[in-house]
Amino acid sequence: MSASEPPINSPEIRRLTPVLGPGYTFGSVTDKISSIVLTRRTSFGWYVGFLISFGFSALMTIAIGWLFTKGVGIWGINIPVGWGFAIVNFVWWIGIGHAGTLISAILFLLNQKWRTSINRFAEAMTLFAVACAGIFPLIHTGRPWMAYYMFPYPSTMGLWPQFRSPLIWDVFAVSTYGTVSLLFWFVGLIPDLATLRDRALTKPKQIIYGMLALGWRGSVRHWHRYQSAYLLLAGLATPLVLSVHTVVSFDFAVAIVPGWHTTIFPPYFVAGAIYSGFAMVLSIAIPLRKAYGLEDFITMRHLDNMAKVMLATGLIVAYGYFFEFFLSVYSGNKFDLYLIQQRIHGPYSHFYYALILCNILTPQLLWFYKIRHNVLVLFLMSLVINTGMWLERFVIVVISLTRDFTPSAWGRYQPTFWDWATFTGTIGLFVMLLFLFVRVLPAISIAEMRELVAETSEAD
Amino acid sequence: MERRSHLYGVLAEFSTPEGLIHAVERARAEGYRRMDAYTPFPVEGLARAMGLKRNMVPFVTLLGGLAGGLGGFGFQYWAAAISYPQNIGGRPLNSWPAFIPVTFELTVLGAALCAVFGMLALNRLPQPHHPVFNVGRFVHASSDRFYLCIEARDPKFHIAETAKFLQGLDPHHVSEVTDD
Repeated sequence: MSASEPPINSPEIRRLTPVLGPGYTFGSVTDKISSIVLTRRTSFGWYVGFLISFGFSALMTIAIGWLFTKGVGIWGINIPVGWGFAIVNFVWWIGIGHAGTLISAILFLLNQKWRTSINRFAEAMTLFAVACAGIFPLIHTGRPWMAYYMFPYPSTMGLWPQFRSPLIWDVFAVSTYGTVSLLFWFVGLIPDLATLRDRALTKPKQIIYGMLALGWRGSVRHWHRYQSAYLLLAGLATPLVLSVHTVVSFDFAVAIVPGWHTTIFPPYFVAGAIYSGFAMVLSIAIPLRKAYGLEDFITMRHLDNMAKVMLATGLIVAYGYFFEFFLSVYSGNKFDLYLIQQRIHGPYSHFYYALILCNILTPQLLWFYKIRHNVLVLFLMSLVINTGMWLERFVIVVISLTRDFTPSAWGRYQPTFWDWATFTGTIGLFVMLLFLFVRVLPAISIAEMRELVAETSEAD
Repeated sequence: MERRSHLYGVLAEFSTPEGLIHAVERARAEGYRRMDAYTPFPVEGLARAMGLKRNMVPFVTLLGGLAGGLGGFGFQYWAAAISYPQNIGGRPLNSWPAFIPVTFELTVLGAALCAVFGMLALNRLPQPHHPVFNVGRFVHASSDRFYLCIEARDPKFHIAETAKFLQGLDPHHVSEVTDD
């Protein structure tokens, strides 16, 4: 490093790329964030966005209604591809959820100040993504009204779930993850709900926010226990988030199907989950800061850091792809070798090439400062990466299932209209929930922003 | 008949966290103990100034984690080895490695539930009403003001003297807090 360059953590550098725009006070951050919910008029764009996403989620309702009427035969699944879109979309959505917990828990433990203005909506994103994910295994059971069979309850048959099965591990992992994410989100919201209660102008809002705030009054004794609880939750959520996609990867890795039965799956699934999750956070953060003028809170520093996390996790994913390839060649197992050959030359090879393009080649642009600081390019790239991660799950599920051990068991898989309707419908549901969320709850944690104001004013 | 409202305490409003910490230190030096501070965010150093020590939340969380983990493993063992044993090719009934993922998840679940609900219970929340909410200016406690309330049940409390003492700490405002 040359003598003229300031060291990376120096005050000069931090002032150049701050995590909070200059000139904010406790009152002004409170005003700015709470006004989005309480006083600002709902914009025309909000209604348009809400209605479009509502339309898609209505499509999902129709698709699921038709599914319950006719059965899973309306989907493209068959023997050998019994899982199809349902599992592809489930894994994709669960993966997206990971960034929320990573930002709120792991970055909290690492004391990363830049997490403050993005953790709230990233947690909301996690909840909505887990909700979308949960739909798929449920409706894929064929008889979803029997879904409670998966939970241990005292039945007249005296039978218990098979606790040695990864599918049951999955039930516990995903439901624990959903519950803990909800708790984490709600605990973070309590002080902000109190702010909204105190600033709401109409009686119904005061009552609703008041009930949700549980009578929070900011007592130092309460904060004392609150901070302990929040720190403990962060500590608990950290191994949890790593366990969830590990367990999801066991659904594959424990089976003996070629292309699935590898020990690289757990770490590579977790890295892929964080990768797609950060891409989704960027896809949400960029329009959000633009629409509500939050450029001072979600600064270029945030976007830059998230881009770097994407680049790092993207490289881990690339390593995973390479290692899968290497392992099949090195092991000499003819089924694994054939599978790799099918990925490159088989009927689904265009998916594999698109996957390499989206997930490995495109993100290499993130090495460049100019790209990381170009908001539009970042936004487009986040969409490309999310597409790539979806393709990854498609490649893993479909190519392996259509090309296992005996040629007589080989097959093809073609998603139907109803597969696509359900999938795009969950995207609609996800976006609709986000629209509702930014309208009724503070999208940025107000209490934590005040803390940030206190810390940055001390530093100056 | 006229209802007499009881005095809960005297509330002083400060505009900076430093002002509040200073006031708390002075009040403790003066001998006041029954008091509470209200802030819009967790102020560093305030808990220490108030003389707060460790709290019970970590212990409650530990209990929850132990209950979740031991209960989770115990249940799986009971279901697989005692309640409905299945001999599959002579494999062991207590196949403990296969029970670890669910045990882990239930440990985290038990601990997280206890951390959150334990914190709320120890804080006596939800509590829809509290005397400090009777002070109109207290709405700022959730945005940009910092409050110290010396409560009437403090043995040293005397309405006029306590108010005078608080006035001397350079507050923004001092007001009486009544029970209803």
